[in-house]
Amino acid sequence: VIPEIGYGALIAALLLALYGSGAAAVGARRGRSTLVESAQHAALGVFALLSGCLALLAYAFLTFDFSVRYVASNTNLGTPFYYRLTAVWGALEGSIILWAWMLALYTLIAMLRHRRRARELYPWVLSVMLAVLAFFLLVMTIPAPPFQRLSPVPADGRGLNPLLEDSGMITHPVALYLGFTGFTVPFAFAMAALITGRAGDAWLTATRRWTIIAWYFLSLGLLIGGWWSYHVLGWGGYWAWDPVENAAFMPWLTGTALLHSVMIQERRRMLRLWNLALVIATFALTLFGTFLTRSGVIASVHAFSQGSIGAFFLSFLALVLLAALGLLAWRWDALKADGELDSVVSRESAFLLNNVLLVAAAFTVFFGTVFPLLSEALRGVKVSVGAPFFNQVNVPLFLALIFLMGVGPLIAWRRASPANLKRNFLGPIALGIAAAAVFRLVGVRPVLAVLALALSVFVAATIAVDFGRATRARRRHGEPFLRAMVGLVLRHNRRYGGFVVHLGILVIAVGVTGSQAWSLQTETTLRRGEAADLGGYRVRFEGLAGREESNHFKVEGTFAVARNGTQLTLRPAKKFYPQEQSPIAYVDYRLGLREDVYLVLGDFARDGTQATVKVQINRLVSWIWIGGAILTLGALIAVLPERRKPA
Amino acid sequence: MTPPAVALPAAVVSRRRRKFVAGGCVIAAALAYMIYTGVTQSAVYFVTPSELAAAPVVGKAYRLGGMVTPGSLRWEPATLDLAFTLSDGKASVPVRHKGAPPDLFGESRGAVVEGTWAGDGHFKSTLIMAKHSEEYKAPPDGKAAGYRELMRTFRGATP
Repeated sequence: VIPEIGYGALIAALLLALYGSGAAAVGARRGRSTLVESAQHAALGVFALLSGCLALLAYAFLTFDFSVRYVASNTNLGTPFYYRLTAVWGALEGSIILWAWMLALYTLIAMLRHRRRARELYPWVLSVMLAVLAFFLLVMTIPAPPFQRLSPVPADGRGLNPLLEDSGMITHPVALYLGFTGFTVPFAFAMAALITGRAGDAWLTATRRWTIIAWYFLSLGLLIGGWWSYHVLGWGGYWAWDPVENAAFMPWLTGTALLHSVMIQERRRMLRLWNLALVIATFALTLFGTFLTRSGVIASVHAFSQGSIGAFFLSFLALVLLAALGLLAWRWDALKADGELDSVVSRESAFLLNNVLLVAAAFTVFFGTVFPLLSEALRGVKVSVGAPFFNQVNVPLFLALIFLMGVGPLIAWRRASPANLKRNFLGPIALGIAAAAVFRLVGVRPVLAVLALALSVFVAATIAVDFGRATRARRRHGEPFLRAMVGLVLRHNRRYGGFVVHLGILVIAVGVTGSQAWSLQTETTLRRGEAADLGGYRVRFEGLAGREESNHFKVEGTFAVARNGTQLTLRPAKKFYPQEQSPIAYVDYRLGLREDVYLVLGDFARDGTQATVKVQINRLVSWIWIGGAILTLGALIAVLPERRKPA
Repeated sequence: MTPPAVALPAAVVSRRRRKFVAGGCVIAAALAYMIYTGVTQSAVYFVTPSELAAAPVVGKAYRLGGMVTPGSLRWEPATLDLAFTLSDGKASVPVRHKGAPPDLFGESRGAVVEGTWAGDGHFKSTLIMAKHSEEYKAPPDGKAAGYRELMRTFRGATP
């Protein structure tokens, strides 16, 4: 009966969400608080029903209820316990349930937080969030039903995609969706501000922490995705400019722009229109990303017509954009800036340029991702642009952004005087130039690598300048060094959380530069006892072993890796699943701060006499994960409640 | 220290605004130029074997998609030479690749290879696209036979 219960609950949730959205809107217009309260109850009901559906689906997975088509398609009797749980969101239908559940959770938290504080905006926020929820519930009842019945009930299911049997798959979608859905809250506030005509700065103040939370989860999702790609997919990379990755990266770029531009509006009452546009764009890009990755449109424009989910998302996207742009036009006059840009050399300009570059990068990624679709639709030939395109256009943009990361936080507001520039930047610039010379001397050859590293040194120096100055000021009041530092970070947690995020980005930039510039790889076939050399490592093939695991057969190679007297054994393998036509590579690696040794088993002789292996020495890749940890820590600091008293 | 926020003469404001507009135009033009050169340098054309056979251009970057003809696959582990034929039912193109066959690759299955037309009658592949789809496709019945056969014949040799 699980399919029927689940389906019924989803229909009930859909009706409740529709009712709540309408009730909140009418309540707001007529000023009837009972209607708004009724909408709150509806939102509670939607959350309870969705929680029930999620639990029901998990129960169906745990008890192998193959009468549910989705369970039968994504699990079988051999799937281990943990992966039966993660299989809940392992494919389209389940991930939409998870998405909607998170959205309902955000709605609930927004309700609790803003019910009393943002009285005028709040009913509309509730209405918009419930409307978005209603859309996802509609998707679950028509084009992607998670509780569809399968009859006759099969004896065993098909099994989970083996690539998803990884701990990264537990956390990656959760973080990513928390990021995606999190941007719905600022969007709802922006819409509420436009509808009520209170397009001033209240909505921005109410949502800035929401934006940081969404950004935090989106960053975390991207990082875990990169790690998954690196240690599961077995191509030795962490980012491929794949449409699926781009879909998550575009809202990250516009969301990052938003985090910066809100500071200008708070401080100078400028960029109101721009901020609203960024919120709308970020939200629209989260929908667009789902459309892109779930409709099959990437494979071919013509695949689009095969499933209806693409049409649903595209229609909703069009509706959202139309409504949002209509409201913007309607409130055009209220969006005039109070402040003016005073000088090209000022913090406002630096932030503005940062925004332009981030949006330019988002546009580049968008353009490159949809280019094959455009060329197929317009010219009938399918032309794609790959990683070289994205790198070629984005690398200069990112280098310029790193430079601005050093300039923006320190340069004076309004107009920077030569004295201000000299005081803040003379030291860091000298250090950056010196660093470039040193890198050159120690043999760093690629120009882009020298530039990236020198810029990172420059930015790190500006952060040190600011931090040192502020800490000294506190120490003069008699605080010990460590307490001065911690106190500073906690008191101005948004500013110094931001600096920590910047440090994380620098560390990631160093990791990316190193892995792009100095990684080595070779592929070779070795007989037993034979060895290959790469980058000072000697890799000897010792033998093959096969064994049966709970749901697959594993053929494991043993390789002795030696360098300067130190020795280790790596065991890359291939996993064969009875339900799969082809094996899945299982990479083995040793991570290091300087470099990772990374082995992929290619092909092998069944009698164990020889094996083809890909050996990679990936330089500095670990710094990407370390930088990621620093970055997420910084975001957490920034999201703490502001302790500074309003000036 | 900050200059006082007095209303500035309109002429000063408009001069300043012109400066920002000009700066914006320069950035937009630079971006357009970078995207244009990026596209022209890294455009890869999708073709089917019949389209390629009809008008091959030496040195142009292609993505060739087709089915690996049964019986055409030859893999030489010692030299890492991989050779096969891609066909779309009408025409077939011989492909050569350096490296072990990737996981999702095999005879009678679809494959997309990226590379160039070598001019001497074969396609030189630099990348075989192994498509990792999250959506799981059911194998045709009886395909677990290959799995059982591996379990039977694998002998291995532990050190």
